[in-house]
Parts: sequence; C-alpha cells; structure tokens
Amino acid sequence: MSAVTLGGGVAGAGSPGDATIARFSAAERALHWAVVVVLGTCALTGLVLYVGPLSAVVGRRTLVRDVHVVAGLATPVPFVLAYAGRWRAALRRDVRRLARWSSSDRRWLLSRGRCETAEVGKFNAGQKANAAFIAGVVPLMVVTGSIMRWYKPFPLPWRTGATFVHDWTAIGTWIVVAGHVLFALSRPPALRSMVTGRMSRAYAEDHHPRWAEATAEREGG
Amino acid sequence: MTSTGRSGPPILGGAGGAKADDVDLAEADGQGAPIGRRIVLGMLGLGVAGVLVGDKVQAGIERALRPLSQNDPTGLTSFVPTSGRFRIYSVTAHMPDRSTADWRLGVDGMVATPLDLSYAALLDLPQTDVTHDFQCVTGWRVPDVPWTGVKLADLLDEAGVQDGATHVRLHSFDGAYTESLTLEQAHRDDVLVAHRMLGAPVTREHGGPVRLFVAPMYGYKSLKWLERIEVVDTLVPGYWEERGYDVDAWVGQSNGRSDEPTA
Repeated sequence: MSAVTLGGGVAGAGSPGDATIARFSAAERALHWAVVVVLGTCALTGLVLYVGPLSAVVGRRTLVRDVHVVAGLATPVPFVLAYAGRWRAALRRDVRRLARWSSSDRRWLLSRGRCETAEVGKFNAGQKANAAFIAGVVPLMVVTGSIMRWYKPFPLPWRTGATFVHDWTAIGTWIVVAGHVLFALSRPPALRSMVTGRMSRAYAEDHHPRWAEATAEREGG
Repeated sequence: MTSTGRSGPPILGGAGGAKADDVDLAEADGQGAPIGRRIVLGMLGLGVAGVLVGDKVQAGIERALRPLSQNDPTGLTSFVPTSGRFRIYSVTAHMPDRSTADWRLGVDGMVATPLDLSYAALLDLPQTDVTHDFQCVTGWRVPDVPWTGVKLADLLDEAGVQDGATHVRLHSFDGAYTESLTLEQAHRDDVLVAHRMLGAPVTREHGGPVRLFVAPMYGYKSLKWLERIEVVDTLVPGYWEERGYDVDAWVGQSNGRSDEPTA
C-alpha cells in the first residue's frame, strides 16, 4: 500500500475550484460516526439520569440506566475494531499527526487560531486537543462508571470519588463536544470531509496549508 | 512500503518522528512534542486522584459553595455536581404523579382506629419543623435541608398501636417501593410525614405531595410518594433492603460507611 493512496489522493480533473483531496479513509469515518452514536447515547441517557426534571418526564430509570451502562461499555469497541484490521493504516498515520504538537501549534492555540495559520498541517491544534481529550475521556468514563455501577468490591469513598470524576468529566465532555459540533457546522468543507472523505483543495490550502502543500508535492512527483 | 512496522504505541503518539522517506508525515504535525499523550495521561492521572480523594474534595467544594447554592433563586447551582444537590432516584417505569386533591394517606394494620387522611387533614394536624443534612448511601449529601410535616409518632398515637405490634411498613404509591422502621425508630421526634421541604411543598421529583423523612438514617429510608402506613408485628425489609442495604440505616454506622451523623 503506497503512501500516496493513503493520505494523498487525486485532485479532480476539472477546474481548481472543484478539486478535492482525500482526507479520511472509510475506516476513519466509520470510527468517527460509530463514536458519535455510542457517545451520543451515553450523553443523552446520562442527561436523563442526571437532570431531575428530565428524569421525571422520561421515567423508566432502570431502563435508561441499563442503556447508559451498555452504551458506556461499548465506547471502546469502535476504536478496537478500527485498529483490528488492515484498514487501520490511515488511522495510525492520523493518530500520529494528532498526537504530536509543533511549537506553531501551541502559538496557534494561544492566539485562538488567528496567527500561524501558515504552519497548520492536516490537523490544527484545536482538532488535536479535541482528539486527545476524547481519547482520555473514554477510559476515564468507562472506569469511573464501572466503579459507580459495580461498587461492591471497592472501598466506599471510591464510589463517591468515581461519581465526582464521572460528573465533572461528563460536563467537560458536553462542553468540548458542543464546541466540536459548532466548529464543524460553521466549517462545511471540514464537516463534509468527515462524511465523504474528501476536502476541497481550496479550503485545505487556506486552513491546512502544510498538508495541502505536502499533498501537492506528492502528486507533482 | 507499508505503514506498519513502526515502533511504539501509535494511539499515544509513541512513535518517533516521521521517517525521511515518509512523505505523508513530513509536515509540521507529524513531528514535535507528544502533547496528545501528555493530555491523555494527565487526564487519567487526574481521574485516578479524583477517585481516591474525590469524596474529600467534593465535601470541601460543597462547603465553599454552600452560601451560593442556598441563596440561588435560579436553581442553576443544583445542576453543579458538587453543590450539595439532590439526585433524583425512582425505581418504577414512570415517576408517580398524584395531586394533593387525589392524595390520601392510610394508617392501618395493627391499630385501634384506622385513619384515612386527606392532604388538608394532614395540614390541620400539629406541625413540626426540622432542619438536617440529607445523606445518601451512594455518597452525596445535601446540607441543612428544612422539612415540615407531622410526626409519624403523632399519626401512630392517633390511630392507637395495638399490643404485639413491632414495626411499621411504609408503602409508596409508585406501586413498588416500601420501607420499614421499628416502632421505636418510628416514634423519634425527627421522623416526619413531610409535606414541605426546602421551603416549598414537596415536589413530584422529591416524592410529593407527601413523603417520609427519617433524619438520622440514609436517604433510602425517607420513602417518597407516601400513601400507606401499615403497623405490623414482623420486620418486612424494604425495597433496597431486599437488594442489600442495611435495615437499620443509621448514617455513619451502617452500610460500611463512616459519614458524619445527620441527627
């Protein structure tokens, strides 16, 4: 499998305005949207369990709790599957990109995206921060949620402590994911790339210039 | 060339910088410091610390926020996890709903005169005000909750408990929840058939229109949506007691917990 087919791809043959670059593999998109489904289920059922007036309207607390627990335990599954086969290649590359921060990433984040845009690669620092946060949230919530649900083997203060961590992490996740969704909705080409796998070259050149440049170099040979 | 064969766990960015021939990663974001790994490990570290000492941190934040959360007309602080908020639990498919007009309270079983009280009749009886912390067996505690209601003892005396009776069994109109108290516990001055809490009529979520409040015990003894008080001569364990919680649910001296007593 060559690097070109993984990260690069073919620009459209028509006018430059219509040209697109391959951004996400099918496996990456499947992972993203599977996480949306399981994490979304956790978030909505968690809200019902947490907000009293909502509990009163919905009722069926035991059922809501069981759905929440099953969805919670399922959150690592999409990641495991995404890494389980040959389709993981593109994901591994992108995870490496997301994990490493250049000094310009830090400057970009501190200026809230207003400067250093010229240095942005395939992912900007906000996208990197979001990915790292979600990678931390999944084990944190699975472990603390399991202590809350099956508290018997643990010292009792752990149950309170796990609830404390679970609640605050949930609130943090709501805020971070709300930000992620707002950014996606206000940048249609970026959102579209997570649906179709391809991003307009013009948008990539504006917002991810180093990545667009590297892709062009590869294609230019 | 394949993309596999690099060392280190890719999920944490453990692999070194991009190889020279790896044009795909020869960009600014394929190299640099492994901040992503630091964020994840930092979160996990905070999480472990939070599980281990969270109960103490939570109590501290609760004390700090108390002036704020107790004078909050918006009620918004009740959604902050550590502001000493009630969590609403119910055990049936639908949260029960009964108006004060439809609500009745029966006192029966081993009594001389069974009672059948309306909401208005309950409010006509001598009223008692108490203020106590509310401690849940799952760990949360709400400080200084004001309650108003009729002493359970007064209702039992009014009905006249027969010789040989030992316990009361309390029934909720949710159709599933029950609780038990010994007659001695039921005669405490801080055990109320409550119709007001937090300065207002007991809401549906909190077990309204009328619920029990057992000041010295964990919250599961304070049965919500009360409709029947049955005097009996045997202990019938309540809903959660059948599921493993202690029958004598003294705060700080049961269920393996060491909370500060509430009464």
